[in-house]
Amino acid sequence: MSATALDTPPSRLRLGLRAGMIGAVCLLAAFPVLNQLPETHALHVSDFLVSVSGKWICYAILALSLDLAWGYAGILSLGHGAFFALGGYAMGMHLMRLIGPRGVYGHPVLPDFMVFLGYRELPWYWLGFDNVAFAMLMVLLVPGVLALVLGWLCFRSRITGVYLSIITQAMTYALMLAFFRNDMGFGGNNGFTDFKELLGMPLNTGAARAALFYASLVSLVVCYLLCRWMTATKYGRVLTAIRDAESRVRFLGYDVTRHKLFAFVASAMMAGLAGALYVPQVGIINPGEFSPGNSIEAVVWVAVGGRGTLVGAVLGAFSVNGLKTWLTSAAPDLWLFVLGGLFVAVTLFLPKGLIGLLQGRGK
Amino acid sequence: MKGRRLYLDGVSVVFDGFRALNNLALVVEPGEMRAVIGPNGAGKTTMMDVITGKTRPTAGIATFGDSDLTRMDEAAIANLGIGRKFQKPTVFDALTVFENLELALKAPRGPIACLRWILSGEGRTRVEEVMTETGLTDRAQDPAGILSHGQRQWLEIGMLMMQDPELLLVDEPVAGMTDAETEHTAALLARIAGKHSVVVVEHDLEFVRALGCRVTVLHEGSVLSEGSIDHVQNDPRVVEVYLGR
Repeated sequence: MSATALDTPPSRLRLGLRAGMIGAVCLLAAFPVLNQLPETHALHVSDFLVSVSGKWICYAILALSLDLAWGYAGILSLGHGAFFALGGYAMGMHLMRLIGPRGVYGHPVLPDFMVFLGYRELPWYWLGFDNVAFAMLMVLLVPGVLALVLGWLCFRSRITGVYLSIITQAMTYALMLAFFRNDMGFGGNNGFTDFKELLGMPLNTGAARAALFYASLVSLVVCYLLCRWMTATKYGRVLTAIRDAESRVRFLGYDVTRHKLFAFVASAMMAGLAGALYVPQVGIINPGEFSPGNSIEAVVWVAVGGRGTLVGAVLGAFSVNGLKTWLTSAAPDLWLFVLGGLFVAVTLFLPKGLIGLLQGRGK
Repeated sequence: MKGRRLYLDGVSVVFDGFRALNNLALVVEPGEMRAVIGPNGAGKTTMMDVITGKTRPTAGIATFGDSDLTRMDEAAIANLGIGRKFQKPTVFDALTVFENLELALKAPRGPIACLRWILSGEGRTRVEEVMTETGLTDRAQDPAGILSHGQRQWLEIGMLMMQDPELLLVDEPVAGMTDAETEHTAALLARIAGKHSVVVVEHDLEFVRALGCRVTVLHEGSVLSEGSIDHVQNDPRVVEVYLGR
């Protein structure tokens, strides 16, 4: 807790937002319970709403992670979807291993796609994924190591701004092309699907859906508190300083490369966690998750909600995805135009996003 | 205080064939104050860049005590005890005056150390002292972005006071200031100068005269003349460069 923050009492806006957040979390937490009510009941929450809001919660974690990198450290990553997808693939590999002999081909170890492609044995990088603890470690470690290597190369060479954005975008595109290849050993363009169970729970039951929903919600709250703690410390203020005047921070004696790397790696790990929670809920992961459009969409969520405020990122993820879900059924052809228009409009008229709008009202 | 000497010899910096510094030599003794003057393009800012690690010299030696400045990056040089005040004041607009000063306070600089950082009573007292000295106490909780030009300059000087550098480089501290602000700035610098070595780059000869220190005149990347202000002002080569032929 910063000493300065103690001096100023929380504003009414801040208290309002806090109450709103707690209310929203409680409301979401009630969804799986209300889902159990008979369909005729006024408070019944449909299966669709439960599953779609479970997805949005994962997106909100991705938005938080992007906000930490972009909103605080000024690293505009246009490839955060890659970290999300890698976390998803690590989880997918675990789920594939758990299928065991229940696949269509009934092979005791090899997943269906490997039998189909003529694999004789499991590639070395699939070893260990049958163990849940190892798989969870990889969910964090694989995106983290990629961010460490890429970030180290870029930040050390002082690549910033649009050049860094282009590199991250190229990274996710390159990964997408790589994962499309059958000989990568990740199922090519079909990816992984047909999952059976997780932690001994069959995935097609309501209980499993509720458990995954709660796991996501708890992760969101934990990630939010973690980001809040990080940004409230002096470390957060160093990040803000780097965002606004990077070279000045160096002349104060801070190793900017290390500080940016720390934030970037933490952010990538968080995105990986979001992907890992997402995959069992949607039941599939394929290379489409690496598509550059996904990463750009995540940037739009953060921009719409209000970058540099954690609540804003979460709010943006929920509101833009809510709009998308509604619009893609109401007027499917319009969605991409609306998304683009939204980004332009927010950049021009709402530089602080929805949170900025609330702040304006609060005064 | 052990006291280290800044030593530059034979320093050249070439940008695309343009020699910004040409065989420059400069020695600043521990505790000394030195003014560096010269027409535009004489290489004053490039010299500062070499000392603070922003620019690598093409040739020559630059040392501070036993440390080779040509092999270190900006952060390492800053931690060595060399502080820099830029011509255009650069403070962190989104942070408050208090937070700006807190960031500059001498403390471990790594990410983990910053995450675990708790401002000690001693540190808080130090920040408050500097706010008093720079006249920014009333603005403690204001974001630096809303300060006036003069206040931003003082905040930046305050940040240097927090860093407590052994050698301080100051680039045109009074450019664009009102007379009252200039006076306040000169007083602040004089107070810092008591304890540290200071190199001041300045156009304003009156301000340099007021500093009453040794003066180095740069021209086309090398030292043209060095000595007291009266000595250099009467040096025919300096007169020629400043007044034209």
